[in-house]
Amino acid sequence: MVQPACREVAVAATSRWWAVTIACRQRLIDLVAGLLGGALATHSAGAAQLPEDRADAMVHLYDGGGVRASGPALLVRKSLADKVSLSASYYVDAVSNASIDVVTTASPFKETRTEYAVGVDYAYRDALMSLSLSQSKEPDYKADAVNVDLAQDVFSGMTTVSLGFTRGGDDVLRHNDPTFSASATHWRYRLGATQVLTPRWLASVNTEMVADDGFLGSPYRSALVFGAPVPERVPTTRTSRAVQFRVVGDLGSRDAVRAEYRYFWDTWDIRAHTGELGYSRYLGADLLAEGTLRYYSQQKALFYSDNATTETTYVTRNRQLGTFTSAGIGAKLSYTARQVPGRYEIKFHTAYQLLRFKYSDFTDIRTGQPYSFDANVLEVFFTATF
Amino acid sequence: MKTHNFIAAAGLAVLLAGCAIEPWVKPYERERLADPIMNPARDALASKHRAHVYEVREGAHGATGVQGGGCGCN
Repeated sequence: MVQPACREVAVAATSRWWAVTIACRQRLIDLVAGLLGGALATHSAGAAQLPEDRADAMVHLYDGGGVRASGPALLVRKSLADKVSLSASYYVDAVSNASIDVVTTASPFKETRTEYAVGVDYAYRDALMSLSLSQSKEPDYKADAVNVDLAQDVFSGMTTVSLGFTRGGDDVLRHNDPTFSASATHWRYRLGATQVLTPRWLASVNTEMVADDGFLGSPYRSALVFGAPVPERVPTTRTSRAVQFRVVGDLGSRDAVRAEYRYFWDTWDIRAHTGELGYSRYLGADLLAEGTLRYYSQQKALFYSDNATTETTYVTRNRQLGTFTSAGIGAKLSYTARQVPGRYEIKFHTAYQLLRFKYSDFTDIRTGQPYSFDANVLEVFFTATF
Repeated sequence: MKTHNFIAAAGLAVLLAGCAIEPWVKPYERERLADPIMNPARDALASKHRAHVYEVREGAHGATGVQGGGCGCN
């Protein structure tokens, strides 16, 4: 039912926005607070709640295109006094790299990336505030980041508005070259909203703008100009935007479906579409099965070339910036091993995805054909919530 | 300029319309929405791994709700 006082305000405000009443102003303050809030409680449907206490341990694997990356990952989260939740995570990527870029221009190598992160979440009324710090280290690359996120439930918990910010700083080095040193800075701004549509359906929209500045290429990669290898040259600034839409629905038979679409565009002229479909279903009391389909397509950056035939200021043969598609099909199985309602729950999970990358303008110089490869992505992990 | 004013007024009207919104889904009707099956990003570590796999191989990034760490693993 429409509240008369607010209806009057809505009419008046279209011409004189400062004429809001005190009652409505309070709601606007809530909304503005929400716009200053973050992307954490994307599925909240009531007052802000702290994330549940949990401990996760995972082994992950990526194997495809000559690259094998695997390692353990840990996450612990514990709340204090129902107001604050502390978290810490540890993530390792042990990489064995014999990708086409490496084997055609250099020697295969191995290296390990280790990432640590700590965070604190604070719940106050309908708002959830979060601060986290992360550091990623590998022999020739160091990345630090600080994230601030806020989320605000508005309209009696029907909508969660969120806003977040990340600042990252990278130090780039080069193996066996102590004279090389470069840096890059990244700013990320997030804005999103999740809306309760019906007792069974949720919809959300998320946007993110990323501004990069500094050394944004690779000190190892070569481009081809008139068939001759030259060090790649990429711009030192990049600004990108992405918007994602998602709907999730409970189908009523202990199953759910979701659909997502993301559009991405940036100042390097890359345009990308990402679509994903998922279906989840409980099988009996202890099993949850999920299936996913994902499709990604990308249009190349303005200065990407498989083999440039003109001299330009910028040139790259980084296939990540080329024209390609990626199709994925995946499955996940979760098993509840032990459950004491209200006290704790222990689950084991296995997730697998097959990805197929097909490049339109990246030639495998060993065969002369457009390059493509398949990749296997695997996660095996357990979660304990308490 | 008129277009900008119209957009600003329309946006403000939409915001103020929130003053008149009554929740059409009551809190006690949201049990199904709270089921873990409705949150595809419920396992943070697995989501982080997937996001990392995509981000280092695809030109697009962002707006996924997953915070990733930087790396030089292109």
